[in-house]
Order: sequence, then C-alpha cells, then structure tokens
Amino acid sequence: MMIVVDVVSWVFIVLGTFLCFSGSVGLFRFPDFFTRLHAASVTDTLGSGLILVALVLQAGSEWLVTMKLLFILAFIFLTSPTSGHALAKAAIHAGQKPKTSDANEAS
Amino acid sequence: MLNVGSHCAIGGLNIDFLINIVLLGFLVCTALAIVFTKNLLASAMLTGIYSLLTAGFFVVMDAVDVAFTEASVGAGIATILMLSTLKLTGFDEDPARHNVKAGLLAVCGAGVLLLYGIVDMPVFGSPTAPVHMHVAPHYIYQSMAEIGMPNIVTSVLASYRGYDTFGETVVVFTAGIGVLALLGASNHVPQSRVAPMSQHIILRVVSKVLIPPIFLFALYVQFHGDYGPGGGFQAGVIFAAAIILYSMIFGLDTARSVISQPLIRLLSAFGVMLYGCVGIVSLLNGHNFLDYSALAHDPLHGQHYGILLVELGVGITVASVMILIFFNFASRVDMVQEEQ
Repeated sequence: MMIVVDVVSWVFIVLGTFLCFSGSVGLFRFPDFFTRLHAASVTDTLGSGLILVALVLQAGSEWLVTMKLLFILAFIFLTSPTSGHALAKAAIHAGQKPKTSDANEAS
Repeated sequence: MLNVGSHCAIGGLNIDFLINIVLLGFLVCTALAIVFTKNLLASAMLTGIYSLLTAGFFVVMDAVDVAFTEASVGAGIATILMLSTLKLTGFDEDPARHNVKAGLLAVCGAGVLLLYGIVDMPVFGSPTAPVHMHVAPHYIYQSMAEIGMPNIVTSVLASYRGYDTFGETVVVFTAGIGVLALLGASNHVPQSRVAPMSQHIILRVVSKVLIPPIFLFALYVQFHGDYGPGGGFQAGVIFAAAIILYSMIFGLDTARSVISQPLIRLLSAFGVMLYGCVGIVSLLNGHNFLDYSALAHDPLHGQHYGILLVELGVGITVASVMILIFFNFASRVDMVQEEQ
C-alpha cells in the first residue's frame, strides 16, 4: 500500500515539476504576451497543483497538514486563473494584440 | 560556511544551506533588476517579489512570525501603496541623473566596510553568538512559567518588550496622521471617478468568494497569535488588505459607504489608546507600566488578558491606518483628475 502511494506521488511530483519547468521555458520563448501568459498559467495551476496533490499523499495520517495543503490547493485554483484572466483583460485594454499567423506573413 | 551544515546532510550538503543559497541568489538578481529597471511599475512589482523572497528566507530560518509580517506588509500592502502612489506620479523614471560616480563610490565604501565587519561576526547560525547568550535563554526557558504562552515570540513582543511594541504602534499611528495631514486636509471628498470594475464579472465573483475567508483568516491570526505565528500587526494588515481588495473591485464609493471615514480615524486612535490604557491600568494596580500581571489575581491570567488586549489594540490601529492611507491615496487620484 505504501509503495503505491509513494509511486503515485513520485509520478505527480515529476509531472508537476516538468510542467513548472516547461511553463518557465515557455514564458521566455513564446512569441507574444498571450501565449506567454498561457505558459505561466500552466505553471501556476497544474504544475503547483500536481506537486501539492503529491504532498497531500505524502502527508499520510497528519490530517492538519493535509487540510492545510488542500486549502492552499483550493486558493491556488481560485486565484491564479483569476489573475491570469485579469492580466489578459488588462493587456487587451492596453492595446496588446495577439500575434496571429497573418501578421507573421505580412512582416 | 560549508561545514556548518554538515549534520543531516543530503549528498554532502545541507538542504537548508542549498535553499538559502538559491533564495539569496534570487534576492541579488531581484535587487539588480530593481536597479536597472527604468519602468517604475516594474520596480514596484519587483520590490514585492523581493519582500516575498525575504519572507521565504525568514521561514527557512524558522522566524515564521517575521516572515508572516514581511509577506503581508512588504509584499502585500506596501506594493499596493506604491502602485497607488505611482498612479499619481506616473510610471516613468525621472531621466535627470544625479552624480552617479559619487554615489557608486559611497556605496562601494560602505560595502567594503560591511565586508570588513563580517570578519568579526560569529558563524551564520552559531548558537554561541552573543545575541543568543544575553536575554534569549531567559525568554526560552522562563517565558512559559512567567507568561504562559506557547508562542515565545508573542510573549517577547507583547509582554517583555511591551514598551517597544507600544512605540511601534505609535509610529504606525503617527504615519497615518502624517498621511492625513499631507493628503486628507480637506473634508471635501470628490465623487470617485475611478470606475469600479463592473465589467470584470470573474474578478467580482472570485473576490466575493475570497473576501470572507480573508476576514476569517485575519481574525484567526489576531486571536491565535498566542499559540501560533501571528499577532496584531499581521492581522491588521490582512484585514486592511481584504477591505482594499473590496474597494479596488467594487469602487471607492461603495467601500466608503461600508467603512465610514470618521469611524476609521477614531479607531486608529482607539487602538493606541487601548494599548496605553492597559499600561495605565497596571500602573494603577500598583505594578509597573505595561506589567500585565496586575490585571488579574493570577499573574498568568493577567498576562493573557493583557497580551490579548494589547494585540487587539495593535491590530485595530494597524488595520485602520492602512485603510486610511489607501483611501487617502485613492481619493487623491480622483482629486487630481477633477482638477484636470
């Protein structure tokens, strides 16, 4: 039983770390603001979410720690998509245009 | 430095040591970025990141109370206040340069002196450092018998060092008065023209969900500060942050109709007065100023009552001063726009 929990949490941690890393790479490499924001939100929600789930599995019988981690998870799931949305909306208001393939052909 | 962390080593290196190095590296990078950024908005955000990194550093050093304060004050309120100041001043740095060489020389001189000073310092984290040999053992071994609080930081902050904390509360109150004297002299409050975010449905819904838990958390931090990390300063700032969030999303006018300005001014003075009155009551009972043992028959109970009241005073003053400063900054934006 313990080995199953360990293996599952390892998978989650590795997957979460991979998503965090690829999100950071995307933040630097993607062409325009909106794609970069998309990469950053992957890091925020799924990356940290998976790592937190793995930590919940590792917390075991310490229910206080489990509850705290679940609260953090809930707040991250509420706040980071909202902040991503607010950023994207602010960018649209400020006149940022998504880079489309037409613009690429024109330039 | 390396052999300090030789116990509980992972692959020859202590994990705390590695985290410290990474955090300090981030701190240096952020500080350099602040220096080289021309855009003041980016600088303000970077100072917020700097505070958050410092908070993480404090957590690694087990100073959770300080980390809490740094995260809520430095990364939270201070960034918001800086942003609302930038709304008035504009986001671009003044291109006029002062004498760079003289400044660089002064900074380098001070840096060399500091590095010279490090030579005499005890090793990082050394338990035999002078600062750990003076009053700290008394606090660690006696505070449970004398104060009866599981959180030693609260005992030190509110009871042993009650004078200092009283001074800090007065400083916060004075800062509030200063801002009022500079910005809020006239009682004429213009109709807020900063449009509430009525089109941002997602922001409104999410903040409606989040604001009650923030208030609840502020109350928890306020009244659980005797047992866990927290206390009046942190709770006051979190409380103010919830109200500032509310006024940013739903508009300043709505927030003003919820939080009456005269009441908040009164409360900012009331907190300091509550703190002082606890001291005077203990004085009248024949003990020293702010010696809470005088407040009840059992000295330990007296300490508990005193610390609870004092922390409440701190929390009320900090929360109302923060709200006061934010409201004055925000309505100043309206005034400037009205004049134009």
